[in-house]
Amino acid sequence: MTADSTSLLFGKLTLEAIPYHEPILVVTFIAVALGGLAVLGALTYFRLWGYLWKEWFTSIDHKKIGIMYIIFAIVMLLRGFADALMMRFQQAIAFNGNEGYFPPHHYDQIFTAHGVIMIFFVAMPFVTGLMNFVVPLQIGARDVSFPFLNNFSFWMTVAGGIIVMISLFVGEFAKTGWLAYPPLSDIAYSPDVGVDYYIWGLQIAGIGTLLSGVNLIATILKMRAPGMSMMKMPVFTWTAFCTNILIVAAFPVLTAVLAMLTLDRYVGTHFFTNTDGGSAMLYVNLIWIWGHPEVYILVLPVFGIFSEIVSTFSAKRLFGYTSMVYATCVITILSYIVWLHHFFTMGSGASVNSFFGITTMIISIPTGAKMFNWLFTMYHGRIKYEVPMLWTIGFMVTFVIGGMTGVLLAVPPADFVLHNSLFLIAHFHNVIIGGVVFGVFAGINFWFPKAFGFKLNAFWGKMSFWFWLIGFYFAFMPLYVLGLMGVTRRMSQFDDPSLQIWFIIAAFGAFLILLGIGSFIIQIAYSIWKREELRDETGDPWNGRTLEWSTSSPPPAYNFAFTPVVHEIDQWWFMKNNGYRRPLSGFIPIHMPKNTGTGVIIGALSVVFGFAMVWHIWWMAIASFVAIAVVTIRHTFNYNRDFYIPAEEVAAVEARRTQMLPAE
Amino acid sequence: MRPETKMFSKAGLIAALAMPLASCNMVVMSPSGDIAAQQRDLIVVSTILMLLIVVPVIFLTLFFAWRYRQSNKDAKYDPEWHHSTRLEVVIWSAPLAIIIALGAITWISTHTLDPYRPLDRISAEQPLAADHKPMTVEVVALDWKWLFIYPELGIASVNELAAPVDTPIRFKITSASVMNSFYIPALAGQIYAMAGMETKLHAVINKPGEFEGFSANYSGAGFSHMRFKFHGLDQAGFDKWVADVKGSGQKLDRATYMQLEKPSIKEPVRHYATTDSSLYSAIVDMCVEPGKMCMSEMMAMDKGLICRIPEPTTAAREEKAIRPAT
Amino acid sequence: MSANTMHNAKQGEELTFYMREEHHPEQSTMIGFWIYLMSDCLIFAILFATYAVLGHSYAGGPGPKELFDLKLVAINTAMLLFSSITYGFAMLEMEKGNKGLMISWMMVTFFFGACFLGIELYEFHHLIEEGADPGRSAFLSSFFTLVGTHGLHVTCGLIWMAVLMVQMNKYGINAANKRRMTTLSMFWHFLDVIWIGVFSFVYLMGVL
Repeated sequence: MTADSTSLLFGKLTLEAIPYHEPILVVTFIAVALGGLAVLGALTYFRLWGYLWKEWFTSIDHKKIGIMYIIFAIVMLLRGFADALMMRFQQAIAFNGNEGYFPPHHYDQIFTAHGVIMIFFVAMPFVTGLMNFVVPLQIGARDVSFPFLNNFSFWMTVAGGIIVMISLFVGEFAKTGWLAYPPLSDIAYSPDVGVDYYIWGLQIAGIGTLLSGVNLIATILKMRAPGMSMMKMPVFTWTAFCTNILIVAAFPVLTAVLAMLTLDRYVGTHFFTNTDGGSAMLYVNLIWIWGHPEVYILVLPVFGIFSEIVSTFSAKRLFGYTSMVYATCVITILSYIVWLHHFFTMGSGASVNSFFGITTMIISIPTGAKMFNWLFTMYHGRIKYEVPMLWTIGFMVTFVIGGMTGVLLAVPPADFVLHNSLFLIAHFHNVIIGGVVFGVFAGINFWFPKAFGFKLNAFWGKMSFWFWLIGFYFAFMPLYVLGLMGVTRRMSQFDDPSLQIWFIIAAFGAFLILLGIGSFIIQIAYSIWKREELRDETGDPWNGRTLEWSTSSPPPAYNFAFTPVVHEIDQWWFMKNNGYRRPLSGFIPIHMPKNTGTGVIIGALSVVFGFAMVWHIWWMAIASFVAIAVVTIRHTFNYNRDFYIPAEEVAAVEARRTQMLPAE
Repeated sequence: MRPETKMFSKAGLIAALAMPLASCNMVVMSPSGDIAAQQRDLIVVSTILMLLIVVPVIFLTLFFAWRYRQSNKDAKYDPEWHHSTRLEVVIWSAPLAIIIALGAITWISTHTLDPYRPLDRISAEQPLAADHKPMTVEVVALDWKWLFIYPELGIASVNELAAPVDTPIRFKITSASVMNSFYIPALAGQIYAMAGMETKLHAVINKPGEFEGFSANYSGAGFSHMRFKFHGLDQAGFDKWVADVKGSGQKLDRATYMQLEKPSIKEPVRHYATTDSSLYSAIVDMCVEPGKMCMSEMMAMDKGLICRIPEPTTAAREEKAIRPAT
Repeated sequence: MSANTMHNAKQGEELTFYMREEHHPEQSTMIGFWIYLMSDCLIFAILFATYAVLGHSYAGGPGPKELFDLKLVAINTAMLLFSSITYGFAMLEMEKGNKGLMISWMMVTFFFGACFLGIELYEFHHLIEEGADPGRSAFLSSFFTLVGTHGLHVTCGLIWMAVLMVQMNKYGINAANKRRMTTLSMFWHFLDVIWIGVFSFVYLMGVL
């Protein structure tokens, strides 16, 4: 075959793109391949494919989609954390001329992948999964507004994740840092496929995120049970609402800015190039106009989670519901006018810098108010130290430290000396781990019994919590110190030997976090094993307050046999205290949407499309794109999308629950 | 919860942190230049202000967590208590008060410590004499090394910077390729170096010594080694350093620069006795390469200040005649 | 609040906690599609902003005054506006239940839309032939991207319209098709609004 026909067939893809000469990657590949084969083999052996396809992959049930999001996030957490361990290991040894294990070529991919994966494919799917699972239950709905779209969004997110994962074994990932600033990410300085993997992975996942945002806003606006006014919505639903508004109002910016970067790289336009009138500063502005709201997209829902948990485990109404709601809304709005604080050092005038510095500080006021609201919810409560509550206390103590260093960084002249240093790294891990990660683990421990019908084991949950908490302090407090020693981020080698001890402490902290993650995995496995002992038959294991706890655990496919009528913020608590009796008869058929495989198929085709675009395999890109269009159009010809669950079936499901419940 | 475990972990943490803390050099907290010292003071003041609220919050969290534990039946339990206007006012106004104070500090300090603002003092004790002219240094971030041009002295150096103590330095900063950040923690805060643009930084070094300088913005494969030594020297020492540089005999012209510009890692220190005086502005204009149209020229054309060349032929470019707009 | 609770507790007998009949939440499609359109609008907002920032960086190349043919663009604008009016007629016929007339009006709309697209492609082709391609300058990059993104939306709208014509023909004016027709209507008018922005902000302000 001639070179021309090869490139016609394979684009830029050659055998050299497979990193068989890098032992670390070969070993990783073998491990992943063996693990993957084992899983696939087991699925085949136990004949689970049909079950998975019918009950999960094609499911449009918001609960199952929520669970799949979280499973996806856990898998990606392992990858993202492996990157973190490698970085800590490298930085702990690369002193005195020792180049460590990773040459810059490899190290630079690791920190980029770590950032991208942790934000887009761990934190995002975690919070999206929790919102998906919980919100319809909390508002007394049968499902989300657009159940098929929900399934489609999930598979687009997964498709984006798969594209990023492929870069591990075919070609390479971006070496630009997680926001891929040009000119470094321009074709002139990053001619290889790394940035293309980044672009297509994020674009495809971004479609999923955006549509899921649209879906949840419509759900919260239109699907609430009768009687639930906006000011009677549970706080988690409120934060989910604000989060999804942020998603819908921020992700298009990312889409547009990445599209322009794509054009710069593929078509030779000059949006962000050094030459011919392009402006890299424009990219930095635009990406942060998305990027700053993004951090609130992650943190607002966990504020909601903590609010639910604090009041549940203090057995007390949330203090200051109204001010909590207003605080959330204020944060939502303010998060759009602070983006410039990410680059005070770009040389803007003093007035511009101080404007953005002060708006940033103002955000700490509603955040502080929230903190006090949680405090006064505990005040005069009866606090039960179940695992979710431990995470909450850990969060409250840790997050204020991160908040404080954040406000410090918002003072422009202070930022001049701390920007891009390890102090900054310590700050945002302080809020993302101390806030988002703690919140997600709290939420998983809290809602797990609802999702699966049995609680998670408390011992391993506590192990996980303490390893994470202590590990966090060991891993990141040294980074604060290193930042004050003037050490900058993204370095793969160091000259000054006096820094090493700090990196060794940080690496030890990362090791403790590894134990924390391990304990979490053990916690899940052990709880599945001991599920009969941990069984929750009541559907309300924590003496809950909101409507999700009124259903069985796990809830039936239709969530509520009869749509609830809402009187109070803590509706379920109110029902329990006002003589609620579960209806036992008079069931009616329930209208439900049908499962569909279209989402999975389009997701799979998107992976092919993304891969083809990365490697410039034009025929494949065109073919997969046309296939996506055809599948989409074909889907619209299916008018038969719903069915009725017969009343007898509803009655049978409800009767089974009656048997499980203790006699009243 | 087992409080003793937590206390143990905290104590262990503090011990583990205190051990190496004694031996480390926190350059950001003990800088040698007046600007960096003011920035350090700002960090300290802001932190203390915030601790006013952070410490009580942490204390109250732990205290309430302990006090209202389920097993403590002495503590009051009021499951319906969820509102208090008085408390609400306090919890919104306490952070507000801190932020007002901090905001005022921010506004003032951002203006006084604006890197573009020429210095008005040498240090807290020493005012700036009216005839004390600043020394200009033109800084170019290259892949992956730093080029320093001293236009007033006609010399240049790579990966080594020197300045006399107590003399204001005016940095003019640009980049030849990707974005970097010019940072000498002992001297002053950082500022980005970007191609086709110039940023400015005014600073002064008050103590003699050898300090670390580097790029604080990731810029690619050679980033980790994009470091240089900054020498704060007394006048005699600085004069000697200049003489040394001049003694090197090397010349920095456009051809040498084109060579130097090519990506390289761990570039050794280089000295240039003479430099092309138009080199720096050509770098900012991105037209060091012969025959390349300068950005300023391009922008002037775009604004209609000079005529557009219909077909940019080489001849037309070399003519470069500035004609008034018709 | 506790007084309120007490009050409720007293009349506990009368409290209903669930609906006996099937609950029909309001249709979410319109609001959902509206939210989607707003997010799409934001993509255009970013492209407009980019054009505002880069629109004068000609890099020594041609500017709008030399490039834009206002007459051609005016005709093009007319095509798109006509198509919106004819789409309105199609909607009216749908409300009356005239399937045949409705599809005819949709065909007319499709024709105008296709003309718009054809003229736009002709304009692009012409510009590129003159050497004013998207890679020439930041101004042209942002111009082509802004106008091209709109064109891409029109293309999607046309494909959608074609599919919907087939579906209307095959399945008649049922509830699902009506909903689709209404959402497409929102989409189509939205593209009109965006185009008016493009016309005045890019073409008119560029030439005048």
